[in-house]
Amino acid sequence: MHSFQLHKAKSGIDATTMIAGKDDGKYLAGGQSLIAAMKLRLNSPSDLVDLSSAPELKGIRSDGKTVTIGSMTTHAEVAASADVRKAIPALAALAEAIGDRQVRNVGTIGGAIANNDPAADYPAGVLGLGATIHTSKRTIGADQFFRGLFDTALEAGELITALSFPVPQKAAYIKFKNPASRFAMIGVMVAKTGDGVRVAVTGGGSGVFRVADMEKALASNWSPSAIAGIKVPASGLSSDLHGSAEYRAHLVGVLAQRAVVAAG
Amino acid sequence: MNAPLSGQLNPEAIGKSVRRTEDYRFLTGAGQYTDDINQMNQTYAVFVRSPHAHARIRSIDTSLALASPGVVAIYTGADLPAAVGGLPCGWLITSTDGTPMKEPKHPLLAQGKVRHVGDQVAIVIADTLMQAMDAAEKVEVDYDVLPAVVDTGTASKSATAVHDEAPNNVCYVWAIGDKPAVDAAFATAAHVTKLDFINNRLVPNAIETRACVATYARSDESYTLYTTSQNPHVERLLMTAFVLGLPEHKVRVIAPDVGGGFGSKIYLYAEETVCVWASKLINRPIKWTCDRSEAFLTDAHGRDHATHAELALDKDGKFLALRAQTTANMGAYLSTFASCIPTILHATLLAGQYKTPAIHCEITAVFTNTTPVDAYRGAGRPEATYLVERLVSIAAKEMNLSQGEIRRRNFITEFPYQTPVALQYDSGDYHAIMDRAEKTADVTGFATRKALSVKNGKLRGLGYSSYIEACGIAPSNIAGALGARAGLFEAGEVRVHPTGKVTVFTGSHSHGQGHETTFAQVVADRLGIPMADIDIQHGDTGKVLFGMGTYGSRSLAVGGTAIVKAVDKVIAKGKKIAAHLLEASDNDIEFKDGKFSIAGTDKNIPFAQVALTAYVPHNFPLDKLEPGLNENAFYDPTNFTFPAGTYICEVEVDPGTGQTKIERWTAVDDFGNIVNPMIVEGQVHGGLAQGIGQALLEGAVYDQETGQLLTASFMDYAMPRAADLPNFTVETTCTPCTHNPLGVKGCGEAGAIGAPPALISAICDAIGVRDIKMPATPHRVWAAMQSATA
Repeated sequence: MHSFQLHKAKSGIDATTMIAGKDDGKYLAGGQSLIAAMKLRLNSPSDLVDLSSAPELKGIRSDGKTVTIGSMTTHAEVAASADVRKAIPALAALAEAIGDRQVRNVGTIGGAIANNDPAADYPAGVLGLGATIHTSKRTIGADQFFRGLFDTALEAGELITALSFPVPQKAAYIKFKNPASRFAMIGVMVAKTGDGVRVAVTGGGSGVFRVADMEKALASNWSPSAIAGIKVPASGLSSDLHGSAEYRAHLVGVLAQRAVVAAG
Repeated sequence: MNAPLSGQLNPEAIGKSVRRTEDYRFLTGAGQYTDDINQMNQTYAVFVRSPHAHARIRSIDTSLALASPGVVAIYTGADLPAAVGGLPCGWLITSTDGTPMKEPKHPLLAQGKVRHVGDQVAIVIADTLMQAMDAAEKVEVDYDVLPAVVDTGTASKSATAVHDEAPNNVCYVWAIGDKPAVDAAFATAAHVTKLDFINNRLVPNAIETRACVATYARSDESYTLYTTSQNPHVERLLMTAFVLGLPEHKVRVIAPDVGGGFGSKIYLYAEETVCVWASKLINRPIKWTCDRSEAFLTDAHGRDHATHAELALDKDGKFLALRAQTTANMGAYLSTFASCIPTILHATLLAGQYKTPAIHCEITAVFTNTTPVDAYRGAGRPEATYLVERLVSIAAKEMNLSQGEIRRRNFITEFPYQTPVALQYDSGDYHAIMDRAEKTADVTGFATRKALSVKNGKLRGLGYSSYIEACGIAPSNIAGALGARAGLFEAGEVRVHPTGKVTVFTGSHSHGQGHETTFAQVVADRLGIPMADIDIQHGDTGKVLFGMGTYGSRSLAVGGTAIVKAVDKVIAKGKKIAAHLLEASDNDIEFKDGKFSIAGTDKNIPFAQVALTAYVPHNFPLDKLEPGLNENAFYDPTNFTFPAGTYICEVEVDPGTGQTKIERWTAVDDFGNIVNPMIVEGQVHGGLAQGIGQALLEGAVYDQETGQLLTASFMDYAMPRAADLPNFTVETTCTPCTHNPLGVKGCGEAGAIGAPPALISAICDAIGVRDIKMPATPHRVWAAMQSATA
């Protein structure tokens, strides 16, 4: 780890003020990716603005139609939340399967979304459930937020403050784990929402994406057989040590069907 | 002191599952590992390592780094005196053409060229670790990057030479067996089963990475090295005599608590050697702790064989002959025992449990621009078992015989048995093992379970593996004739204190095996005193008289026997003291349950009183006997020991994802007599986890062009975790070893040796393919199913 300046923010506004004008300032949320990269000297920010002392960024609210989760809420808190488990059990289950216990106790939803790891679980949850991302400047729809490999719509210094999830009629997330990292080799979130069916895939390539053909088929017939014949093209999916693009494309089909079954 | 209960009532007797005495300190964080040890005025070392697999070093500029804050010294290969040697190899293999193997110099710090990613180029020593890391980034090395030799199978055809001294990158070509007899048998065979396969390269990944703290004392010109070693005396001998030219008696090597070795901590590595050398130059202690990324690149890897093998059978499925050609990857340099793994510890095991009358095996060892390869849990024997058992499993399918039947038709049944590949098995009962394994695994119920799986949309398969292992490599004179440059005995000392308490010093080293419990149990049983009165000391050349260390499942069979011999000397001397005290003849004294008695009478003296008399020799036969009660022994076995077992694995495969789930695992092993069944079961569990890891998850993958290790972290290198493993059913049978007094055979590597072919055969059985590569990842299983149905 190279040396850096640490700043402790007491609020969201405090944080955005602190990061302004810094050479290479970064927000420190749970730090489960950032700190590891810094220890390996792969990432060397000049300044870290620690968000852990900003209470307004934490917590979960539910009004029956929408679940709103503060950006600094940990995966363990989402997994254990009675509100989330009642309103969107698929989201609680997703959070409960991220990383390991240690990661879940520290890692946060805002940090995961801002990092946008192409194999992370939350991007599939956020995109698949059609959530809205609230930032220090504006609100951004999930469809506009994710822009590919570790890239998002966030501008310099823009801070995620909360995410709001519309409560779906039914939803499920199924992940097939990479045997080494336990990140998603492929993870599929399917959701039947007031705004239609959404199918979001993580782990496939450069970032989370939706599968329009499956959404259309499921909209008219919510059953695994409706999407059994839909092949996701392998082109554009990644091939690596752990799986070919063809394998990943195949997994999308299998897991989407299983997710539909799991959603009920 | 209350005398313990004797025989089977004694909860500490041989054969009882006594809880591990060392676990309290391990589980409460009280262990003392090398990185826990700090010295006054200590400095920290960081190694600058090659980012290239193969490159010429044009120049190294350390000026910026030397000016970095806190830097004490920086040394490169150019700073090493001419008298400093390269890292030695401990086994000379002679090629079939009579020439010795090629032994290119393995410099402590690169000289002229780097030959694998991670090759050490410079040591940077600073007041703090951060300062050393910062300075290391400022060492500027100008590399002329060369093409890299990576692939095992084609290394000998590469236009690039890893070492100029080794044409075609060949280290040696070695063979064993009667080739004409084998070829003749193949000519008459009713059936031949052939298989080409890769035994995948593994990264050991002990939980504690390597580390050292090296100190030079000007006061008496001595060195003290704390290091993560499985064999500190061997490390000291190699380092002082063959590399640094230091006086052996002035160097103390201490391997304190060590968090796992699996072979990777047998070897003399460059890092601790450089630290010892540099500690005198800077006259300050130096600490180095390997980080996990470095460990992936620099701990000696395991396996990495490319093999073509053939089994000839008659019409009844009897084995007529076996032949194999293996190319074994040595990596960039010869590690300490690399040369003997594919030869002495692999090719000699190819008889397995079978009466195959003729066997021939040729080994071509090659250099590549990859991390050196050496012994890793099993060391050659997993590769041999995989070769034999995969051939046998496929042959059974091809000849329509059951897996149990083909094996039973070929089992060795008479002992001692001389194999056609040099070894002589002393004891075993392979039918008994197979009978127990098939019963325990409920093989007869498999069809019902398979039908249920099919109903649930899953595939189910069964796989067998009947392995043989050779443990406690010995004897020294025969090993020496075969090229060993070291002895293969073990040493032990039993020091009885005046109060009757006992300190045992052993040359074996425990880095997870539980010696402090097992050895104490053996001594307690033999001396009839409680284990609490016995302390086991190991891992310190300043305390232990000598030791060859722990590897090859040898500790109890060889190290334990040395202790037993020393205990017996203590008892023999104790009898003379007791005879004097009891005014009886030496020959009339019996020793049992901790008491010396006159045979046939109730006159006796407890062990502790004899001990006190030995140290307070007022009433003592000083004219005939020296005072004191302290004995040592060296034991050189007359033969290997030969554990054997049958593993039956049952898997369920999800055809949608290719995911394999191990549903049942039955392990029946014959380890001879067993001292502590709980510890043995733990060893089997650990070995199975590593064997399953090799078959299902693990595999070091290099970029074939650049020689970069692609699986260089746990993000890409899959280690087995608890959730990947089933509940094992572990049972044992027993035919005692005939040539050591405990009748023990060794259990440390069995699981890793026997597991891979059972698992791979089970997967093949489930998905209906002839073969699949290790590791059989979900992707590979799915792909195999696609091509099988295509």
